[in-house]
Amino acid sequence: MAQQSKLRFIIQRLLAAIPSIIGVVVVTFILTRALPGDPAVFFAGPSATQEAIDQVRASLGLDQSLPIQFLRYIQDLLKGDFGESITTGQTVLYDLTTRLPASLELTIAALIFALAIALPLGIVAALYPNSKWDHLIRFLMTAGVSLPTFFTGLFLLYVFYYRLNIAPAPTGRLDLLTSPPDRITGLFLIDSLVTGDFEVFIQAFCQLVMPAITLGIFALAPVARVTRASMLAVLSSDYIRTARSHGLAPLKILWSYAFRNALLSILTTMGVVFSFLLGSNVLVEKVFAWPGIGSYAVEALISSDYAAVQGFVLTMALLYIVLNLSIDIIYGMIDPRAGQ
Amino acid sequence: MTVASIPKTQLLNIENLAVEFRTRSGIVKALDQVSFSVAAGETVGLVGESGSGKSVLSLAILGILDAAAQITAGTIAFEGDNLLTMPRSQLRAKRGTGIAMIFQNPRVALNPIRRIGQQLRDVLIAHGGLTKAQCQTRALELLTQVRIPDPHQRINAYPYELSGGMCQRVMIALALAGRPKVLIADEPTTGLDVTTQAAVMELIRDLGREGQMGTILITHDLDLAAQYCDRILVMHAGHIVETAPTRLILTQPRHPYTAKLLAATPDPHKRLDELTPIAGHLPDLRGTLPPCRFQSRCDRAIPDCDRAPLKRQAIAPDHTVACWHPLPLSSGVES
Repeated sequence: MAQQSKLRFIIQRLLAAIPSIIGVVVVTFILTRALPGDPAVFFAGPSATQEAIDQVRASLGLDQSLPIQFLRYIQDLLKGDFGESITTGQTVLYDLTTRLPASLELTIAALIFALAIALPLGIVAALYPNSKWDHLIRFLMTAGVSLPTFFTGLFLLYVFYYRLNIAPAPTGRLDLLTSPPDRITGLFLIDSLVTGDFEVFIQAFCQLVMPAITLGIFALAPVARVTRASMLAVLSSDYIRTARSHGLAPLKILWSYAFRNALLSILTTMGVVFSFLLGSNVLVEKVFAWPGIGSYAVEALISSDYAAVQGFVLTMALLYIVLNLSIDIIYGMIDPRAGQ
Repeated sequence: MTVASIPKTQLLNIENLAVEFRTRSGIVKALDQVSFSVAAGETVGLVGESGSGKSVLSLAILGILDAAAQITAGTIAFEGDNLLTMPRSQLRAKRGTGIAMIFQNPRVALNPIRRIGQQLRDVLIAHGGLTKAQCQTRALELLTQVRIPDPHQRINAYPYELSGGMCQRVMIALALAGRPKVLIADEPTTGLDVTTQAAVMELIRDLGREGQMGTILITHDLDLAAQYCDRILVMHAGHIVETAPTRLILTQPRHPYTAKLLAATPDPHKRLDELTPIAGHLPDLRGTLPPCRFQSRCDRAIPDCDRAPLKRQAIAPDHTVACWHPLPLSSGVES
């Protein structure tokens, strides 16, 4: 029965995502059309004649009325055709599928780094509120979030690559001589493990460390803050007092009773932080020459590359929907009351 | 009285306990000169209005007070051992097995995302000596003992799937899991409907009798205490102002506060306009306090009441009162 209701819950959430997807498709279409700049002029070049511009415009389908452009866009989308990027000359789908895993790998690594540091510190801060430790942790977290990511990135590069020479050169996901592992998921760490190529794994890992830390430092403060706040709230709750009155071991209370309950609000924040990190990748990608989706989108935007921008926004929207769905599902696994 | 001289039947003996809270606006003297004892098989009622320190007292006994609270004086002896000087691990072992507590608002006092069977097993495992299978059997046994229908089904339920009354039975089962000798029930019927209230109270009384437990019933409801308790302690603003067997408290209250509490307690023979509310509020427990904390609300107060120290004294066998000018015997006797 519980299994069934859980399945129904997931299907409900999936169905509820459909209107959001339609909305995103419409809004991205309108937004990209509303962008300043004329892509036909841009691609025809600075010295093009009006005829040449018109020709480019016709070849891009931009001479049609907006409704017709929209219908064509929908038709193409349904066929899985995101169009061609005029900057890279590749199909947008190809660009996205090669670049998205790079961004995902970076973001996930950054989140894991942030959680590994911020969760324990948040718990310590909640266990000893207003103590020396609490103040120290708050100071560190605030400092972390106050530094712009490009600064942290450059600083880390300067110290660990340029000065100490223990970090690899910022050449992207691998050094220039290594070829990527066979593509399975697009995440190099996973693909190299699956294919048993440990050398590539180690190299991909080393390349990932600094950008992930740079990005992750930014997420320390929100995660630590929410962990502290929700742990404080949970620790002063009636059921923790009950557990203490029964003489349960402190670690048991902390883990099974307090942390699992606090995890509910931490999880919600984690979703927000993850989407935020994914969106704010671009500066880190620039500093570390990371071939991610963020820098791709910025370049596309600057050159009025409609198809690429649309593809990017759509991918991000789908990603957020999937992310929220998985958070709902995980939430439901922790909290039996969810979805009732 | 030294700890050693306590008669054997006294399970719990509290002497001269004082608890203070450090707050931003000063030190709150939440409990002062609190002394009483509980014997095996007896039910003691701790009665007073909200804020009189009843719950602080119970948390102090279990050693689970807030970090802001500090026990500044006194002893809490359980079976002759002072809980206040005991190592922490030893004290933790006493929780649940020596003294256990039932809290008010059972729905929020249970872990909302853990099955009740799991919560029972947690307590059973904490007190050791049982295998997994034995824990399961014992958990079912406990649920049966607290008269939960269909325990095999309910053991897998989450608290939100149970009614308030059922949750309170689960709380009681949890408290009984360690076979405690003293059971503290803090407003166990708050938020329950009247019939459930009676069922829960009877359950607590019956279990206390069966297990020869000493029971402390904490309530603001004098009527409820009168129905189930052998002896009543009346608390006001952190002091125990009067103690006596239930019948004496009801018929011959000697402390003006007790008398006013009785006059404010509804019963079927009284009309609503016959109830007299107690004038004034509990005094501010910060700063220096007069020896008698009821003084400002007492219509019998005279300058002489400022005499210190005011101690609770026996004015009749089994009857103690902390008042320089207790009510005369005739007063307060009803029909």
